Order: sequence, then structure tokens, then C-alpha cells
Amino acid sequence: MNFDVGIIGGGVVGCAIAYNLARLGEKDVVVFEKQYPGAGSTGRCGAGVRQQWGLEMNCRLARGSVKIFEQLSSELGVDIEFRQGGYLVLAHTEKQLEQFERNVSLQNSLGIPSRVITVEEALEIVPYLNPEVFIAATFCPTDGHANPLLTNYAYAKAAERLGVKIMKFTEVTGVERLNGVFRLRTNRGDFEVGCLVNAAGGYSKPVAAMVGVDLPTYSERHQILVTAPVPRMFDCMVISFTSGIYVQQVPHGSFVLGIAEDEEPGYNTNSSWQFLEHVAREVTSILPVFGELSVVRQWAGLYNKTPDSQPILGEVLPGFFVAVGFSGHGFMIAPKTAEIMAKLILGIKPDIDISPLSLDRFEKGELIVEPSVVG
Amino acid sequence: MEKSDDDIIVCRCEDVTLGEIREKIREGLTTTEELKRVLRVGMGPCRGKTCIPIVRRELSRMLSIPIEDVLPPKDRPPVVMVKFKSILEGSEK
Repeated sequence: MNFDVGIIGGGVVGCAIAYNLARLGEKDVVVFEKQYPGAGSTGRCGAGVRQQWGLEMNCRLARGSVKIFEQLSSELGVDIEFRQGGYLVLAHTEKQLEQFERNVSLQNSLGIPSRVITVEEALEIVPYLNPEVFIAATFCPTDGHANPLLTNYAYAKAAERLGVKIMKFTEVTGVERLNGVFRLRTNRGDFEVGCLVNAAGGYSKPVAAMVGVDLPTYSERHQILVTAPVPRMFDCMVISFTSGIYVQQVPHGSFVLGIAEDEEPGYNTNSSWQFLEHVAREVTSILPVFGELSVVRQWAGLYNKTPDSQPILGEVLPGFFVAVGFSGHGFMIAPKTAEIMAKLILGIKPDIDISPLSLDRFEKGELIVEPSVVG
Repeated sequence: MEKSDDDIIVCRCEDVTLGEIREKIREGLTTTEELKRVLRVGMGPCRGKTCIPIVRRELSRMLSIPIEDVLPPKDRPPVVMVKFKSILEGSEK
């Protein structure tokens, strides 16, 4: 079977690129997903949508994505549970506060309504915070969260309605480049595509290797858990870049929380009891009342990391595009990133210049270091 | 027959009806893992003890797959709900 565009990976990035291609008129698109949409990192992520970044590029991608998230439920026809309860970022030291003040100036200049707040103001937003553990905070009321499982599902269904073919349980096992087309071998037969997109998340490196491209990406486990639902306690995400913890009550009433840990590169997605102890210690330090909450379930997913924790976006060989290495913040910038990727594939100039995120920055030594990443 | 029992709640933790499960199977979901992610069926404190056997039976019946080939979703820890303070008390011992 032949298609104009083949996308490897049915996570939010792959499905959203497929949807945007179809929306822009390119409907001859196939998505290869070795399990089912949302089985990988998207369906395991922390669900947060944050615009409070320290680099202009990330602020623009995040701001553009929030604008899309704000109307995505009606656009895709599925309630993706997008809520804008804000993000509250704890500052623990004077040095951190100085960095946050610089971040807020940049964010404000780009139309992101964040601000530095005092401990007292933070306690008005989240009365359960322990005032002993932080000296100030930043807050952006238009940050929020969405349900990643439903967002991924909604993009996949909307893409299918526009004519995209989504092949579940179809693993690409080999790629050959012949006369300007890519011939793909899968467990469900062979395919030919004119353009190929690597949106394989945790498996970006082995997928690129099949095309003969060496990506500087690697994967590492990040663990996460969910509590039993409780009546509404607060609406915002609380995060700390010191411990790497993030805590958010979702519309269902449960809290989803995770924490950065030292991990070896690899593909392990098992859960550990050490993580439970680590989270229990840190969450009860910033939110003492959490001792009474119960853990229902824990799981893990892969961060696909790059040397500077920023994604790699663009065309790396004629007709071979990558949207990989999101380093733990792929879900929140997926809507805008996917729109830009679809335009690049179709030769339309996007409204944000993403050339600083190209693969060759690593050869040139032009790494972009973002001060505000978790883990 | 199908119509009359669509209102039956099969996942009591997350309020999911048989009708909702059937609708998503008709939309193209073919595994318990997908139904769990989209409908939350089996995500509650009982860990799917009641609903997952019913979901498997429904997938088997509607898609004509032998029930032994309809796998349950992955079991995830902890086995029973546990409070953060109990985890902390346990780790101090």
C-alpha cells in the first residue's frame, strides 16, 4: 500500500501531526502504532500544560499550544478535560527566585500572564502548602492541564474522520530508501510512503537508526501515581524544580503526582516501592495534609531526552522528518508543535521559526539550555 | 437484548455502563487497555475485580475473539490502597 505521508508513532505528537496534515488538505496519511494510540509516553504523562518557561522558544510553543487547547474539545468533538487552574511554581532559594523573576519578565513580554507572588498569596491559592519550605512562588492563571488519554484519542478519531489511516498493533521493523520513497516493512505487510515522520517517543533512536540517522536521544523511566479521589482541594498544579515534584488534582477528584529521580538510560517502565517512599516524603513536606491521601495506582513511562532537554524538530534527510526528544514536556506543547510540523512537511512557512531546534545544533555545539525543566 | 441492559453499571468505582463499553468497542477499541484509558473502566480502588471480567466477555462476544485471547489490563501496584503516612511509617521502621 502507498501513502503520501507515513508517521511512526501513535502518541499525541504522531496523531496530532496526522490530524493537522489532514486539516491542511493532505489526507493520504498513515500512522503506524506498534500498540494503540496512547499506549506509550502520552498515556503515562503528568497531564500538565505550562507556559512558564525560561526560553523564548518554549514560551512561544507553550503559549501557542494553550490557545489551541482552549478550543480543542469543540474542534475535535471530544471533551479533553482541559482546565486552566494555573501553575504554582515554588521558589526555595534567593537564587531560584532571581531566575524566576527573569523568567516572568520574558513570559510577560510574550503575552503570558505569570507573576511573582509572596508566600501569603500562595497560601490563598493553595491553603494546604507548608509555608516553611518556600520563600516565594510564581503563578500563571492560564496554565493548566488536560486529560492526555482523551486528547490522544480525540486527535486519533478526528484524524480518522478526515481520512487518515491509523494502523494499530503495527510495528515498523525495517525502512529502505529507494528512488525518493521509503519502503517500510511491518508485521502487517509492506508499505511505501513519500515522506516519513519519526514521532516514536521513547523509541525515537531505534526508529531513526532504521533510516540510517543517528539521533542523540535516549530514554529514561519516570514514575507517577494517582490517589483516590477526594473533594476539590485546589485547582492549580504545584511544582518545585528543587525536588522535581509536581502535584495536580484532576477533574475526576484524584491527584496525579510524580517526582524526578536519577535513572539510567533504558526502556524500563516498571514501578518501584522506592518511588512511593520518595514521593510520600516530598509531598508531605510541601503539603503535610497529603499524609491522609491514599495511593490507588502507580505506573511509569519514558522521557525521551536530548543533551539539552529540548526536542529535535525538522527534516533531517530529504523527506524524513523528526518530532522527538521532548524530554518530558511533549504533551503540553504537542498541539502547536504538531501544527508546525504539518506545515513544514507540506512546505508551508510556520508562524514560529523552529530552526533552533534542528538536529544539527548538536554538531555545531549550539545547545539551548532551558533553566525550567523537571528532571 | 443488547439495548435492554445498556444502562447496567459494570464499573462501580468509575460509573461506567455496559452501553458505554459497547459504544467504544463499536468505535474501534479492541483491547481492555484501550477501554481502560478512554473510559477509566478498571481504574478505581477495586482494581477492576468486578468490571474487567465483564469487559473481557463483551470484547469476546462482540469481536468474536476467544475469551482467553482477550487479555486483562496490566496489574499495577500497590495491590491495595495505601495512605502516604502509612508508606512513611513503614519506611521509618
